Parts: sequence; structure tokens; C-alpha cells
Amino acid sequence: MSLKRSEVEKIAHLARLAMSKDELDAVTGDLSNILDLVAQMEEADTGGVEPMAHPLHMAQRLRADEVTEEDRREQFQAIAPLTEAGLYLVPRVIE
Amino acid sequence: MQWETVIGLEIHAQLATKSKIFSGASTAYGAEPNSQACSIDLAMPGVLPVLNREAVRMAITFGVAINAEIGRRSVFARKNYFYPDLPKGYQISQFELPIVGRGEVEILLEDAEPKRIGVTRAHLEEDAGKSLHEDFHGMTGIDLNRAGTPLLEIVSEPDMRSAREAVAYARKIHQIVQYLGICDGNMQEGSFRCDANVSVRPPGGPLGTRAELKNLNSFRFLERAINIEVERQIDLIEGGGKVVQETRLYDADRDETRAMRSKEEANDYRYFPDPDLLPVEVEEGLIEAVREAMPELPDARRERFQREFGLGAYDASVLTANRGLADFFEQTAQVAGDAKLAANWVMGELSGALNKAGLELAESPVTADRLGEMLLRIVDKTLSGKIAKQVFEAMWLGEGSADEIIEARGLKQITDSSAIEAVVDEVLAANPEQVANYRAADDKKKPKMLGFFVGQVMKQSKGKANPQQVNQLLLKKL
Repeated sequence: MSLKRSEVEKIAHLARLAMSKDELDAVTGDLSNILDLVAQMEEADTGGVEPMAHPLHMAQRLRADEVTEEDRREQFQAIAPLTEAGLYLVPRVIE
Repeated sequence: MQWETVIGLEIHAQLATKSKIFSGASTAYGAEPNSQACSIDLAMPGVLPVLNREAVRMAITFGVAINAEIGRRSVFARKNYFYPDLPKGYQISQFELPIVGRGEVEILLEDAEPKRIGVTRAHLEEDAGKSLHEDFHGMTGIDLNRAGTPLLEIVSEPDMRSAREAVAYARKIHQIVQYLGICDGNMQEGSFRCDANVSVRPPGGPLGTRAELKNLNSFRFLERAINIEVERQIDLIEGGGKVVQETRLYDADRDETRAMRSKEEANDYRYFPDPDLLPVEVEEGLIEAVREAMPELPDARRERFQREFGLGAYDASVLTANRGLADFFEQTAQVAGDAKLAANWVMGELSGALNKAGLELAESPVTADRLGEMLLRIVDKTLSGKIAKQVFEAMWLGEGSADEIIEARGLKQITDSSAIEAVVDEVLAANPEQVANYRAADDKKKPKMLGFFVGQVMKQSKGKANPQQVNQLLLKKL
């Protein structure tokens, strides 16, 4: 088992996922299997292979700096749970 | 015990593009809440980011200006954290391969040698929205207009050893981005924001634990917050405590820093390359084009002002503090044909009037051309310096050009020596006693006594007589 349960708990917390004890056990096993597979792949000799940040062999296309979007606030806010004075309202965030 | 302060700065400069970094929504400041937040900024399902070419060009421009390596291949990464003003649940930033690599800038403190401050890197990222915590029935209001605005995060080496050095460095970066026209530098509106990493250590020792200071929205607060934080850390250590790594907020009202959140967990951002964006490849041609279009930078301009116009180091640095002021001065000097006179008026009368009225230079009612034209009338002796101040005031109030005001108010200086002579004779005749006293006085006292007659002549001529001529005539006649 390459992952500890406490590590999975921490990752779940960072991702804001609530997990039951059973789920945690299952996921710890699954994630460990994935990491084990990665460890196995790491044994392959990749000396002559160029690392890639993306599976496509292409560079990012750029767009011109032009304003192309118009104000559609009304449509967007129609599906928001709560709005006021043009703002989206969310439970209070304390800093 | 002796302590050495170590400071590194993270500066976020909003890039002055028209549209956002990954969407075509406007970046204009001050719009109705959420009226400039499109489906990409809101993280609606199915949308894809497309990178703004101008943001890339501006980042490269900064890199070239600070002599940095330009990342020929840079990669966008997701920085994961949860906050309601970050709709995607991650910020698109750059992590391992930033667009601007290592560079440096030079800072100059009054009583010290020039010092080089390393810039570790500068990377492109998107800004988050704004959270408004006031009065929404216990809820927080979210405005996402700012979400997706392009930012250049400029990270320095921990090279600064005092709050003053940190401020000098921040000012230098502020000056550079404004000169380059890539950021408007408005700190009140949040276009230019500073975070400071501050730690203390015994001189030359290993780095101490640092605290990150946020909410430093003016150069004054930056200096103040660092000094207070340094004091706090020294007191803490000398009292047997330990500095913990954390984010602290500067509270200007109470003039203190206080812990915001423990960074240990919040810091786990789980960066990974953003699969929605391909690597950015910068062609040599673009870097060359940026190099060719590079405007004159502040240090070069300051040196040129000293060399070309014979200005002192102080005047030259004041006049090149920002590009607008330097342009204004240079245009004034060109029209007036007298750089020192132009420097005095721009730094004196003009700056004073702007301060008093609370106006920015760009809002000045007197343009550089108009000021230059007026100075031309001092140079050709139409105006004395004193009368020129009246003309300047009238120009400030919109009464027209210098020539129009001189004509309308009959302010032309009297340089006709026979006219001045008549006034001088009149004054001498009216004050026989003073004349006798003057002639009887010893040479040491005479210059001071002459002032009385000069004053009388200027009064009689309503200040229009040329002072040098008045002096000469008086000396001759007495």
C-alpha cells in the first residue's frame, strides 16, 4: 500500500469531499494501485524521450486582444441561487 | 542582539489589456458588478480558455526590460484552492516553466551605493474576483468582473535588507511597468499590489522563518508593515518564542499585523499542468520585435536628462519618476528652449498647483506646450519670473495662452530703458533723504539699501520693469 489512509483523508479534505470510513478504505486501496502502476511505468527507460506537458504536439494558439463578450449578467444570474445588487451571494466567508 | 532583516517581494501587476487573459470579456475598471464576467470567467461547463496574445507580449516586454531570460516554452498550471471568488476552484497560473526567468533591477537609495535586486521569475496568471463582506444579511457578495484579468506576478529574490530597500525596489518595478505601458500602476484600484515575505536572522546566518504580509496597498503601508513585522519577530524571538510561517494582514487603522490563516494546509495547492491549455511557444521574432519597440527606460532617461540638459541627479530622478512627467518635462523644455527653466517650473509651480488641486498630471489644465510657450516669454524677457507666476495662474484658470493673457492684462515687461529711467528718476526725486543716506553709507551697507529703491521702482511700474535693468540704472544714478 503506497498511500496511507491519513494522506487520503487530507487529500479528500483539500478537495472538500466528505467520505465515509468504508469509502476511505476503498479509495485508499484504489489510489495506491494507481500509484503502484505509475511506479512500475517509471522503471521504463525514457532517456531518449522528450518530456511533454500535453499529449498534443502543438503550441498554444493566441487570440487578439479584443472585447468580444457582451453583458449577459441577467441570463447568468437567472440560474444562481441568490443574487443582490448584481452580486452573487454566498455564505459568509470569514478571513 | 543584532538582527538582520531579509525581505522578498511578490508583486502582482494587472496587465493593461482590453480583454481578459483567457476570455473576450472587458477588463475596464469600475463597471456594474458582474457585467464583465462571461461564461469562461464564470467557469460554466464546456468552456475553454484561449490565451490573449497581448498579455504574452506584455510579459515578454517586462522580461526584456529587466534583462531576464524569456521562457521560450512556458506552461500554464492549475493552482487549486477553494474560495467563492474563484469560480473554477483553481487559478490558472504558471508553476515550473514561467514565461520570464531570472532578471534583475537596480535600486538607488540616497545615502548608499546602487544595489542590484534579483528577480527570480515573473509569470502570467489570472486574477480572482472580489468578495464584499459588508452587509448582505450576513452573506458575502461576489463580483466576478475582475476574475480573469491578466496578472504578471513578479517574484523577487530575498535580496532586500530593510523596509526602505523594499520600497525602493517596489517603486522601481512600479516605474518600469508604467514606462513600458503594460500596467497603469494604480494602487488604489488594485492594479499594482505588493506582498512581502519578511524574516529576521543573526547577520549572515541561515534564513529565518518568514511571515507573508498582505494588504499592502500603498508604498507607505509597505514600509510601515515591514518595520512593524520586523519588530514583532525580534520581540518574539528575544522573548524565547518562535516565528511561525503564516500569512499576516496589515491593519493600517491599528497599525499592526495579525495572523490571517495558517499557511501549512492552505499552501498545498496541488499544481499540475492545465490540460485545457497547450504550452506557449515564444518565437525569437516576437522577442526581437519587443526589443526593437522597447521605450527608453527610466534609468537611461535619467542619465540622458543629466547629460543632455545638464540637470542635477536629484532633478533628473524626480522628473523621470514616471513616464508622464518625463514626457511633460521634455516637451516643455523643447518648446521653451531652456531645460533648467522648464525643470524648475515643472517641479515647482506646476507640481505645486497639481498637488493643491489634487489633480494628476494628465488632468493638468496647463499643457506642456502652453507652459513651454509661457517660459519662452521669460527667456525673451517679455515676462519677469514674478509676473510669469501671475500668467501661470491665469493659464491654470483657463484664461488662454500666455501671449493672450499678457496682451489682455498688459503684463508685458518694460525693457525700454528710457521708460525705466523715467520711473527711476521719479523715485529718486521723491526720496531725497534716502538718496543722501545711501550716498553717505559705506560700501558694505549699500547693497542692502539699494533694495529700497528697487522695491519702489518695481512698485511704481506694477512689477513690469525688468529687474536687471532697474538695478543697473539705479547703480549708475546713485
